[in-house]
Amino acid sequence: MDLVKLQRQLVDYRDSLYHECFLDEQFTQLQELQDENNPDFVVEVVSLFFEDSERLLNELTKALEQQSIDFKRVDAHVHQLKGSSSSIGAQRVQKSCIAFRNYCEEQNVEGCLTCLQLVRQEYYLVKSKLEALFKLEQQILSAGGSIPI
Amino acid sequence: MGMAADSEFHVLAVDDSIIDRKLIERLLKTSSYQVTTVDSGSKALEFLGLHEDLHDRIDQNTPSVSPNNHQEVEVNLVITDYCMPGMTGYDLLKKIKESSSLKNIPVVIMSSENVPSRISRCLEEGAEEFFLKPVRLSDLNKLRPHMLKTKSKDHCKEQVDEKTAFPSPKQEGKEESNNNKRKATEEGVSPERTRPRPRPRPNGITTMV
Repeated sequence: MDLVKLQRQLVDYRDSLYHECFLDEQFTQLQELQDENNPDFVVEVVSLFFEDSERLLNELTKALEQQSIDFKRVDAHVHQLKGSSSSIGAQRVQKSCIAFRNYCEEQNVEGCLTCLQLVRQEYYLVKSKLEALFKLEQQILSAGGSIPI
Repeated sequence: MGMAADSEFHVLAVDDSIIDRKLIERLLKTSSYQVTTVDSGSKALEFLGLHEDLHDRIDQNTPSVSPNNHQEVEVNLVITDYCMPGMTGYDLLKKIKESSSLKNIPVVIMSSENVPSRISRCLEEGAEEFFLKPVRLSDLNKLRPHMLKTKSKDHCKEQVDEKTAFPSPKQEGKEESNNNKRKATEEGVSPERTRPRPRPRPNGITTMV
Protein backbone atom coordinates (compact mmCIF):
# COMPACT_ATOMS: atom_id res chain seq x y z
CA MET A 1 0.00 0.00 0.00
CA ASP A 2 1.49 3.33 -0.94
CA LEU A 3 2.31 6.00 1.57
CA VAL A 4 -0.26 8.56 0.51
CA LYS A 5 -3.01 5.97 0.68
CA LEU A 6 -1.86 4.92 4.15
CA GLN A 7 -1.83 8.50 5.33
CA ARG A 8 -5.29 9.11 3.98
CA GLN A 9 -6.50 5.95 5.65
CA LEU A 10 -5.08 7.12 8.97
CA VAL A 11 -6.70 10.53 8.75
CA ASP A 12 -10.07 8.99 7.88
CA TYR A 13 -9.80 6.44 10.63
CA ARG A 14 -8.76 8.97 13.21
CA ASP A 15 -11.56 11.33 12.17
CA SER A 16 -14.06 8.53 12.58
CA LEU A 17 -12.88 7.90 16.13
CA TYR A 18 -13.60 11.50 17.03
CA HIS A 19 -16.85 11.45 15.14
CA GLU A 20 -18.06 8.40 17.00
CA CYS A 21 -16.87 9.88 20.30
CA PHE A 22 -14.38 7.16 21.04
CA LEU A 23 -11.89 9.98 21.36
CA ASP A 24 -12.30 13.63 22.24
CA GLU A 25 -10.14 16.75 22.16
CA GLN A 26 -8.07 15.60 25.11
CA PHE A 27 -6.52 13.00 22.82
CA THR A 28 -5.53 15.82 20.50
CA GLN A 29 -3.90 17.55 23.47
CA LEU A 30 -1.84 14.42 24.07
CA GLN A 31 -0.69 14.39 20.47
CA GLU A 32 0.33 18.02 20.75
CA LEU A 33 2.56 17.15 23.68
CA GLN A 34 4.46 14.67 21.56
CA ASP A 35 7.52 15.90 19.69
CA GLU A 36 10.86 14.72 18.34
CA ASN A 37 12.26 14.59 21.87
CA ASN A 38 9.29 12.59 23.13
CA PRO A 39 8.21 10.66 20.06
CA ASP A 40 6.44 7.88 21.94
CA PHE A 41 4.58 9.96 24.47
CA VAL A 42 1.08 9.11 23.28
CA VAL A 43 1.74 5.40 23.02
CA GLU A 44 3.33 5.44 26.48
CA VAL A 45 0.44 7.22 28.14
CA VAL A 46 -2.13 5.08 26.39
CA SER A 47 -0.23 1.92 27.38
CA LEU A 48 -0.35 3.05 30.99
CA PHE A 49 -4.06 3.61 30.55
CA PHE A 50 -4.52 0.08 29.21
CA GLU A 51 -2.65 -1.49 32.13
CA ASP A 52 -4.37 0.64 34.71
CA SER A 53 -7.84 0.10 33.26
CA GLU A 54 -7.49 -3.64 33.13
CA ARG A 55 -6.35 -3.63 36.72
CA LEU A 56 -9.37 -1.54 37.68
CA LEU A 57 -11.78 -3.73 35.74
CA ASN A 58 -10.44 -6.76 37.60
CA GLU A 59 -10.81 -4.97 40.92
CA LEU A 60 -14.35 -3.98 40.02
CA THR A 61 -15.27 -7.53 39.08
CA LYS A 62 -13.92 -8.83 42.38
CA ALA A 63 -15.56 -6.10 44.42
CA LEU A 64 -18.96 -6.77 42.88
CA GLU A 65 -18.64 -10.50 43.49
CA GLN A 66 -18.43 -10.02 47.23
CA GLN A 67 -21.23 -11.18 49.49
CA SER A 68 -21.37 -7.80 51.06
CA ILE A 69 -20.44 -5.22 48.44
CA ASP A 70 -18.38 -2.26 49.50
CA PHE A 71 -19.94 0.37 47.27
CA LYS A 72 -17.52 3.04 48.41
CA ARG A 73 -14.69 0.90 47.17
CA VAL A 74 -16.46 0.20 43.89
CA ASP A 75 -17.09 3.90 43.47
CA ALA A 76 -13.46 4.70 44.16
CA HIS A 77 -12.35 2.38 41.38
CA VAL A 78 -14.89 3.81 38.95
CA HIS A 79 -13.78 7.30 39.89
CA GLN A 80 -10.22 6.35 39.01
CA LEU A 81 -11.26 4.86 35.71
CA LYS A 82 -13.34 7.90 34.90
CA GLY A 83 -10.37 10.11 35.64
CA SER A 84 -7.85 8.23 33.59
CA SER A 85 -10.16 7.82 30.61
CA SER A 86 -10.83 11.54 30.75
CA SER A 87 -7.10 12.22 30.85
CA ILE A 88 -6.46 10.39 27.61
CA GLY A 89 -9.63 11.49 25.86
CA ALA A 90 -11.47 8.15 25.89
CA GLN A 91 -14.83 9.83 26.00
CA ARG A 92 -17.17 6.85 25.75
CA VAL A 93 -15.39 5.05 28.57
CA GLN A 94 -15.54 8.21 30.65
CA LYS A 95 -19.24 8.67 30.03
CA SER A 96 -20.04 5.07 30.87
CA CYS A 97 -18.35 5.59 34.22
CA ILE A 98 -20.72 8.41 35.09
CA ALA A 99 -23.77 6.16 35.00
CA PHE A 100 -21.82 3.57 36.95
CA ARG A 101 -21.12 6.01 39.76
CA ASN A 102 -24.80 6.87 40.02
CA TYR A 103 -25.64 3.21 40.61
CA CYS A 104 -22.90 3.01 43.23
CA GLU A 105 -24.45 5.91 45.04
CA GLU A 106 -27.81 4.16 44.96
CA GLN A 107 -26.14 0.92 46.04
CA ASN A 108 -27.88 -0.78 43.16
CA VAL A 109 -26.10 -4.07 42.50
CA GLU A 110 -27.84 -4.94 39.28
CA GLY A 111 -27.24 -1.47 37.93
CA CYS A 112 -23.58 -1.72 38.85
CA LEU A 113 -23.18 -5.10 37.20
CA THR A 114 -24.78 -3.84 34.02
CA CYS A 115 -22.57 -0.79 34.03
CA LEU A 116 -19.47 -2.87 34.59
CA GLN A 117 -20.34 -4.85 31.51
CA LEU A 118 -20.85 -1.67 29.54
CA VAL A 119 -17.65 -0.05 30.77
CA ARG A 120 -15.71 -3.17 29.95
CA GLN A 121 -17.22 -3.22 26.47
CA GLU A 122 -16.39 0.40 25.84
CA TYR A 123 -12.89 -0.08 27.15
CA TYR A 124 -12.11 -3.01 24.87
CA LEU A 125 -13.61 -1.16 21.95
CA VAL A 126 -11.43 1.90 22.43
CA LYS A 127 -8.46 -0.29 23.09
CA SER A 128 -8.80 -2.07 19.77
CA LYS A 129 -9.41 1.23 17.97
CA LEU A 130 -6.32 2.82 19.46
CA GLU A 131 -4.22 -0.22 18.69
CA ALA A 132 -5.38 -0.07 15.09
CA LEU A 133 -4.55 3.62 14.98
CA PHE A 134 -1.06 3.05 16.35
CA LYS A 135 -0.54 0.24 13.89
CA LEU A 136 -1.39 2.55 11.00
CA GLU A 137 1.01 5.14 12.40
CA GLN A 138 3.75 2.54 12.57
CA GLN A 139 3.13 1.48 9.00
CA ILE A 140 3.45 5.07 7.84
CA LEU A 141 6.63 5.62 9.80
CA SER A 142 8.13 2.38 8.56
CA ALA A 143 7.36 3.45 5.00
CA GLY A 144 9.42 6.54 5.68
CA GLY A 145 6.48 8.91 5.92
CA SER A 146 5.26 11.25 8.62
CA ILE A 147 2.00 11.14 10.51
CA PRO A 148 -0.44 13.70 9.13
CA ILE A 149 -1.80 16.11 11.70
CA MET B 1 14.13 28.01 23.46
CA GLY B 2 12.42 29.74 26.43
CA MET B 3 13.94 31.75 29.16
CA ALA B 4 16.85 30.12 30.91
CA ALA B 5 15.13 31.19 34.11
CA ASP B 6 12.28 28.76 33.55
CA SER B 7 14.41 25.67 33.97
CA GLU B 8 15.40 27.00 37.38
CA PHE B 9 11.85 26.46 38.53
CA HIS B 10 11.24 23.15 40.15
CA VAL B 11 7.72 21.86 40.46
CA LEU B 12 6.66 19.00 42.69
CA ALA B 13 3.64 17.23 41.19
CA VAL B 14 1.53 14.97 43.39
CA ASP B 15 -1.03 12.53 41.98
CA ASP B 16 -1.96 8.96 42.79
CA SER B 17 -2.82 8.23 39.15
CA ILE B 18 0.13 7.06 37.10
CA ILE B 19 -1.50 8.34 33.93
CA ASP B 20 -2.02 11.78 35.37
CA ARG B 21 1.52 11.86 36.74
CA LYS B 22 2.87 11.15 33.30
CA LEU B 23 0.64 13.79 31.81
CA ILE B 24 1.45 16.53 34.29
CA GLU B 25 5.12 15.73 33.99
CA ARG B 26 5.02 16.18 30.23
CA LEU B 27 2.97 19.36 30.53
CA LEU B 28 5.41 20.82 33.05
CA LYS B 29 8.49 19.82 31.08
CA THR B 30 7.00 21.27 27.92
CA SER B 31 6.66 24.50 29.91
CA SER B 32 10.39 24.19 30.72
CA TYR B 33 10.09 23.42 34.40
CA GLN B 34 12.05 20.86 36.28
CA VAL B 35 9.68 18.24 37.60
CA THR B 36 9.56 15.73 40.38
CA THR B 37 6.48 13.53 40.63
CA VAL B 38 5.30 11.59 43.66
CA ASP B 39 2.23 9.45 44.14
CA SER B 40 1.05 10.58 47.56
CA GLY B 41 0.82 13.52 49.93
CA SER B 42 3.04 11.80 52.47
CA LYS B 43 5.77 11.28 49.87
CA ALA B 44 5.40 14.92 48.91
CA LEU B 45 6.01 15.99 52.49
CA GLU B 46 9.00 13.67 52.71
CA PHE B 47 10.44 15.19 49.59
CA LEU B 48 9.88 18.65 50.99
CA GLY B 49 11.79 17.61 54.07
CA LEU B 50 8.88 17.56 56.45
CA HIS B 51 8.83 14.35 58.38
CA GLU B 52 6.19 14.88 61.05
CA ASP B 53 5.01 11.51 62.27
CA LEU B 54 6.20 9.67 59.19
CA HIS B 55 8.77 6.96 59.45
CA ASP B 56 12.03 7.94 57.89
CA ARG B 57 11.62 5.73 54.92
CA ILE B 58 12.65 6.43 51.39
CA ASP B 59 10.68 4.55 48.80
CA GLN B 60 13.17 2.95 46.46
CA ASN B 61 10.41 2.01 44.06
CA THR B 62 9.55 5.55 43.15
CA PRO B 63 12.43 6.66 40.98
CA SER B 64 11.06 10.11 40.55
CA VAL B 65 11.40 10.92 44.26
CA SER B 66 14.74 12.39 45.12
CA PRO B 67 16.76 9.87 47.11
CA ASN B 68 18.49 12.69 48.91
CA ASN B 69 15.40 13.72 50.80
CA HIS B 70 16.78 16.86 52.32
CA GLN B 71 15.46 20.35 52.76
CA GLU B 72 17.93 21.92 50.37
CA VAL B 73 16.00 20.67 47.35
CA GLU B 74 14.23 23.82 46.39
CA VAL B 75 10.66 23.45 45.27
CA ASN B 76 9.09 26.50 43.71
CA LEU B 77 5.57 25.18 43.44
CA VAL B 78 3.54 22.17 44.46
CA ILE B 79 0.76 21.03 42.16
CA THR B 80 -1.42 18.34 43.64
CA ASP B 81 -4.47 16.28 42.84
CA TYR B 82 -7.34 16.77 45.26
CA CYS B 83 -8.74 13.24 45.46
CA MET B 84 -6.06 10.93 46.74
CA PRO B 85 -6.31 8.03 49.17
CA GLY B 86 -4.91 8.74 52.62
CA MET B 87 -3.81 12.35 52.55
CA THR B 88 -5.95 14.40 50.16
CA GLY B 89 -4.60 17.35 48.23
CA TYR B 90 -6.43 19.58 50.67
CA ASP B 91 -4.72 17.88 53.62
CA LEU B 92 -1.38 18.35 51.92
CA LEU B 93 -2.15 22.00 51.26
CA LYS B 94 -2.98 22.51 54.92
CA LYS B 95 0.19 20.83 56.10
CA ILE B 96 2.29 22.95 53.79
CA LYS B 97 0.62 26.17 54.85
CA GLU B 98 0.91 25.25 58.53
CA SER B 99 4.64 24.60 58.22
CA SER B 100 6.91 27.53 58.96
CA SER B 101 9.49 26.21 56.53
CA LEU B 102 7.11 25.42 53.68
CA LYS B 103 4.25 27.88 53.88
CA ASN B 104 5.67 30.20 51.25
CA ILE B 105 5.63 27.53 48.60
CA PRO B 106 2.71 28.18 46.25
CA VAL B 107 0.28 25.28 46.01
CA VAL B 108 -2.06 24.54 43.13
CA ILE B 109 -4.88 22.03 43.36
CA MET B 110 -6.18 19.90 40.48
CA SER B 111 -9.46 18.05 40.46
CA SER B 112 -11.60 16.17 37.99
CA GLU B 113 -14.69 17.36 39.82
CA ASN B 114 -16.12 20.83 39.62
CA VAL B 115 -17.36 21.33 43.17
CA PRO B 116 -17.62 25.03 44.04
CA SER B 117 -17.45 24.47 47.79
CA ARG B 118 -14.31 22.40 47.31
CA ILE B 119 -12.75 25.10 45.19
CA SER B 120 -13.45 27.88 47.68
CA ARG B 121 -12.26 25.76 50.57
CA CYS B 122 -8.92 25.23 48.84
CA LEU B 123 -8.52 28.85 47.92
CA GLU B 124 -9.36 29.93 51.44
CA GLU B 125 -6.75 27.55 52.77
CA GLY B 126 -4.16 29.23 50.61
CA ALA B 127 -4.13 27.48 47.24
CA GLU B 128 -3.06 29.83 44.48
CA GLU B 129 -5.07 28.20 41.73
CA PHE B 130 -7.55 25.44 41.22
CA PHE B 131 -7.37 23.62 37.89
CA LEU B 132 -10.04 21.34 36.55
CA LYS B 133 -8.75 18.16 34.99
CA PRO B 134 -7.70 17.38 32.40
CA VAL B 135 -5.14 20.12 32.88
CA ARG B 136 -4.08 21.98 29.75
CA LEU B 137 -0.87 23.75 28.80
CA SER B 138 -2.73 27.04 28.94
CA ASP B 139 -3.49 26.38 32.62
CA LEU B 140 0.22 26.04 33.32
CA ASN B 141 0.89 29.51 31.96
CA LYS B 142 -0.71 30.75 35.17
CA LEU B 143 1.99 29.16 37.30
CA ARG B 144 4.98 31.31 36.51
CA PRO B 145 3.87 34.47 38.37
CA HIS B 146 3.40 32.45 41.54
CA MET B 147 6.85 30.91 41.21
CA LEU B 148 8.48 34.24 40.47
CA LYS B 149 7.25 35.44 43.81
CA THR B 150 9.13 32.68 45.60
CA LYS B 151 12.25 33.29 43.54
CA SER B 152 12.24 36.95 44.40
CA LYS B 153 13.13 36.23 47.99
CA ASP B 154 16.21 34.40 49.11
CA HIS B 155 15.43 30.81 49.75
CA CYS B 156 16.03 31.00 53.44
CA LYS B 157 14.24 28.96 56.06
CA GLU B 158 15.08 31.39 58.85
CA GLN B 159 13.10 34.20 57.29
CA VAL B 160 9.87 34.07 59.22
CA ASP B 161 8.76 37.68 59.32
CA GLU B 162 7.39 37.84 55.79
CA LYS B 163 5.68 41.16 56.09
CA THR B 164 8.89 43.10 56.44
CA ALA B 165 11.21 40.75 54.58
CA PHE B 166 9.83 40.98 51.10
CA PRO B 167 9.47 43.88 48.75
CA SER B 168 6.36 44.05 46.66
CA PRO B 169 6.63 41.36 44.03
CA LYS B 170 5.25 43.71 41.41
CA GLN B 171 8.77 44.39 40.16
CA GLU B 172 9.59 40.73 39.77
CA GLY B 173 6.33 39.29 38.61
CA LYS B 174 5.03 39.84 35.13
CA GLU B 175 1.58 40.61 36.43
CA GLU B 176 0.18 41.57 39.78
CA SER B 177 -0.95 38.51 41.58
CA ASN B 178 -4.52 39.73 41.81
CA ASN B 179 -4.83 40.58 38.13
CA ASN B 180 -3.65 37.31 36.68
CA LYS B 181 -5.81 35.34 38.99
CA ARG B 182 -8.72 33.51 37.42
CA LYS B 183 -9.66 35.69 34.52
CA ALA B 184 -12.52 33.74 33.10
CA THR B 185 -12.23 35.04 29.58
CA GLU B 186 -8.55 34.28 29.02
CA GLU B 187 -7.12 31.73 26.70
CA GLY B 188 -10.20 29.94 25.57
CA VAL B 189 -11.19 28.55 28.91
CA SER B 190 -13.88 25.96 28.37
CA PRO B 191 -17.26 27.13 29.61
CA GLU B 192 -17.68 24.22 32.04
CA ARG B 193 -14.66 25.28 34.03
CA THR B 194 -15.67 27.21 37.09
CA ARG B 195 -13.57 30.23 37.74
CA PRO B 196 -13.07 30.42 41.49
CA ARG B 197 -13.78 33.61 43.40
CA PRO B 198 -10.67 35.67 43.98
CA ARG B 199 -9.30 35.07 47.43
CA PRO B 200 -9.27 38.31 49.38
CA ARG B 201 -5.76 39.28 50.34
CA PRO B 202 -3.69 42.43 50.43
CA ASN B 203 -1.99 43.27 47.20
CA GLY B 204 1.69 42.57 47.08
CA ILE B 205 2.00 40.37 50.12
CA THR B 206 2.89 36.88 49.11
CA THR B 207 1.95 34.96 52.20
CA MET B 208 -1.44 34.11 53.46
CA VAL B 209 -3.08 36.41 55.92
